Amino acid sequence: MSAIELTIDGKKIEVEPGTTILEAARQLGIDIPTFCYDPELPSNGACRICVVEVEKARALVASCVAPAGSDMVVHTASERVINARRAILSLLVANHPLDCITCEKTGECKLQDYCYRYGVADSEFSGEVKELSDDDSNAFFVRDMNKCILCGICVGKCQDVIGAGAIDFTKRGFVANVGPAFEDSIEDSTCVFCGLCIDSCPVGALIPKYSLGKGRPWEITKTRAVCPYCSIGCNVNLHVKANEVIGVTPVETNPVNRGHLCIKGKFGWDYLKSGDRLTRPLIKSNGVFLEVSWEEALALIADNIDEVKTRYGSDAIMGLCSPKTTNEESYLFQKLIRSLGTNNVDSYTRHCHAPAVDGMMEAFGSAAMTNSIEELSDTGAILVVAADPAESHPVISYRVREAVRNGAQLIVADPEPIGLTDLAQHYLPLYEGSAVALVNAMAYIIIEEGLQDQAFIDKRTEGYAAFKAAVSKYSIQDAAEVTGIGEEELRSAARAYAGAEKAAIISTVGANYSAAGGGLVLALANLALLTGNLGKESAGLYLPYGENNLQGVSDMGALPAVLSGYQLVKEKAVRDKFSRSWKTEINQNAGLSAAEVFTSGENSAIKALYILDENPVTCIGEENVETVQFLANLDFLIVQDIFMTETAALADVILPAAAFAEQEGTYTNTERRVQLTRQAVNPPGEAFPGWAIIAELAGWLGFEWIYDGPSDVFDEMTSLTPQYAGMSYERLKTRGLQWPCPSEDHPGTAVLYEGRFSRGLGLFTVVDDQTAVPSRTEISVSSAAAYHACQCQSDSMSKRSVINNFKRDSGR
Amino acid sequence: MEEQLNSVFASYQGEKSELIPVLQDVQEELGYLPEEAIREVARFVRLPEAKVFGVATFYARFHLHPRGEHIIRLCCGTACHVRGASKVADRVKDVLSVGVGETTEDMKFTYEEVACIGACGLAPVMTIDDKTFGKLDPDKTEKTIKKFGEDSSEGGEA
Ligand code: SF4
Ligand code: SF4
Ligand code: SF4
Ligand code: FES
Ligand code: FES
Repeated sequence: MSAIELTIDGKKIEVEPGTTILEAARQLGIDIPTFCYDPELPSNGACRICVVEVEKARALVASCVAPAGSDMVVHTASERVINARRAILSLLVANHPLDCITCEKTGECKLQDYCYRYGVADSEFSGEVKELSDDDSNAFFVRDMNKCILCGICVGKCQDVIGAGAIDFTKRGFVANVGPAFEDSIEDSTCVFCGLCIDSCPVGALIPKYSLGKGRPWEITKTRAVCPYCSIGCNVNLHVKANEVIGVTPVETNPVNRGHLCIKGKFGWDYLKSGDRLTRPLIKSNGVFLEVSWEEALALIADNIDEVKTRYGSDAIMGLCSPKTTNEESYLFQKLIRSLGTNNVDSYTRHCHAPAVDGMMEAFGSAAMTNSIEELSDTGAILVVAADPAESHPVISYRVREAVRNGAQLIVADPEPIGLTDLAQHYLPLYEGSAVALVNAMAYIIIEEGLQDQAFIDKRTEGYAAFKAAVSKYSIQDAAEVTGIGEEELRSAARAYAGAEKAAIISTVGANYSAAGGGLVLALANLALLTGNLGKESAGLYLPYGENNLQGVSDMGALPAVLSGYQLVKEKAVRDKFSRSWKTEINQNAGLSAAEVFTSGENSAIKALYILDENPVTCIGEENVETVQFLANLDFLIVQDIFMTETAALADVILPAAAFAEQEGTYTNTERRVQLTRQAVNPPGEAFPGWAIIAELAGWLGFEWIYDGPSDVFDEMTSLTPQYAGMSYERLKTRGLQWPCPSEDHPGTAVLYEGRFSRGLGLFTVVDDQTAVPSRTEISVSSAAAYHACQCQSDSMSKRSVINNFKRDSGR
Repeated sequence: MEEQLNSVFASYQGEKSELIPVLQDVQEELGYLPEEAIREVARFVRLPEAKVFGVATFYARFHLHPRGEHIIRLCCGTACHVRGASKVADRVKDVLSVGVGETTEDMKFTYEEVACIGACGLAPVMTIDDKTFGKLDPDKTEKTIKKFGEDSSEGGEA
């Protein structure tokens, strides 16, 4: 279709057919006021503040719904238009409390701004003012519905974008309102406290409690940072006044969260101000901690490390790195440990994801999310197996909802309803433990009905014949019996997945610390290979990690057998490259893994341990006793953390570190996107950024490291790490970059395996076990402690935050 | 109630688009829409409770409270308002000790306020069931209601 040309306020513009007058005007930089319009919601044309005059049209039109027409001549600020807007404002003001002096929204309120713009000071209509009482039942935000102008944006956001469905319009006429069912308080509703309604409300009806009385918009500076909780890595604006974070809003312009957050990102940062923060180095002396200077603490560490090294050798030293540290910190950490002559460095929580990593390694030759989170919105079909993204990775569930709004088929296979079931065209409540059978049955149906992508199979895969033979061993009736899902449902789900041009799979089974999960990962990889849903946009396998920088910490080489970029320690050329850069020898033997060491109890070979931001004492549930025993047997324990944790309490030296808002650095999210997080406030007391502490300690240990700042560390790392080679802080500023990014002119890689898998051909694997894989719910019951382990660092933050107040009863 | 709801649900698929007919049938079955029924309907058609509640409170034909034997509708349209409907309203609420939309304890009367019913010449106007009473004042209204209550309790020949 050809473009449409129209004239707005005397300026000509060409737009795509279907563009609204409002959008066309915005392209010209003309600001038309809006209340009820939101780009991600269907326009309802309810408020009419956006009216414009179209020549030859009798009535004024609502520009947010009216499409631009050929040769239209539009006036956005004619006298008629302005009078109409004044009348609307006047009506709104008539029953508005107008307590702007104390209203938190002053300065950012659309009603206030537009009244100012059009000179509406008071109402010519004397209206009854509503007298509803505030709802401040919850720990997070206040709802003052007397200020609500019934624009409906919060309703749309809550129902369509978030899927919580906590609120809707109620009643009508003068008593019309927006709120939860049965006029309950928001606390008793299905609200998940994502805060999106707060961030979208044009007026001061919804106010976060954290900002009450804390500051005016013009007193606040905003610093862009990355949420430290989960592996999505949402971008946030930290609102700062007088070196204090007093609020958080989502960044709207980045591809990861696009203006959305979950409760953790919106409300979970107040642990920054927790009284439990460590503010000075501590040394244990006769069982009690004494505050000491940095010099004293670092000298003591250097002495003890030297002593252990001399008495027991380098391999008696180990470093344990948290998946919450920045790339710079974890890179320097493994460099320090390796410079001491050992490869004993690991990230404890990585083993939680071993099934996902191992399965993908086998099928594709490398292990990472194959596609990007934002691509989900454009996919044609989504299969969710053994996952509840609304709980574990909320932003992924928002994208799934968006995809379904855009017409995608959604298949949810879970014994219990999950947060996306309401939307699923295909809900398969399969029996516990039958997920592999279900996925195999889908594969069988796809082959039987000829829906596979034969060209892809022929050209890009191997092992198909054996796989085909294996899935054909069972009839659909067998599968129906094992899974409890009828043949028709199985068929229609298989057709929905295979019939889509692009289809994606989401599962967190890999995040469950369960070896059996590996079978499901392989079965899912088979399904994607079978339908050619790899190596192209909006398809692939989404097996998101838990902790925020697990991807980055692994990429940085905080692992016993590999250096940064998964370069093998055992390869001489790799060791030589790093030795040259680091000016130190690298041990050729892979180090011990955390899992090995932590279960070795009294017999451990490790005498000195340096722990970054990990709390293994409470992390690992049942192994607790063994861990404490192991830690107690050490000659020397160093803990670097932001809190006094149960593990820190066992340390000989505690080093106080900066938290996320207090330092600059990078994190790599679960879609391989490296993102820059900035410093908004100073660390408390004498706490320091982790990377700087490690660099300082290196000096005390006799290494000559000179870094001007975290970007220096990053640059050294990129020079040694092929996947990151083309990155720099400058390039990461706005959207970040997804690895591999091999050169400075490379745009980063949104989609893995275009044209080639890391191992060459994609491998079909026979997963011939009909019952081996526990479902999500089974896992959450039987391995609750283990699953918890994968979130332990987040727990130490969230339990010191207001978000600890949010306990959703399980009934959804 | 569960059985009654299930018998209504039996003739539907549980699609979102069925919300309004399902609510109608449930109301027919139960006489009104109790909270529990709204929750069950929401679950059945897979919509948020807030949405179902919103719809149920938007349309005047849905009732969230039990309805009395007789429905009093007082017109609060402009003409009636001008001629003193609000004084009449106060008296009705007083006599029956109910608020708008509520039902008397003996389940005899439900009191509602409505917009113009097209009998402005008789303003202020109210209807009780299908009978219309015009040119009301508070005393006349009180008498009418009392009489209506007695008549119907004597055997409901009205
Ligand atoms: S905070 Fe989120 S879930 Fe709660 S009402 Fe607002 S949009 Fe809905
Ligand atoms: S609370 Fe705010 S966003 Fe919601 S309808 Fe009212 S004015 Fe609009
Ligand atoms: S989805 Fe993850 S990254 Fe985003 S706000 Fe929530 S916890 Fe933070
Ligand atoms: S913004 Fe266009 S009608 Fe509300
Ligand atoms: S205003 Fe009451 S009948 Fe018309």
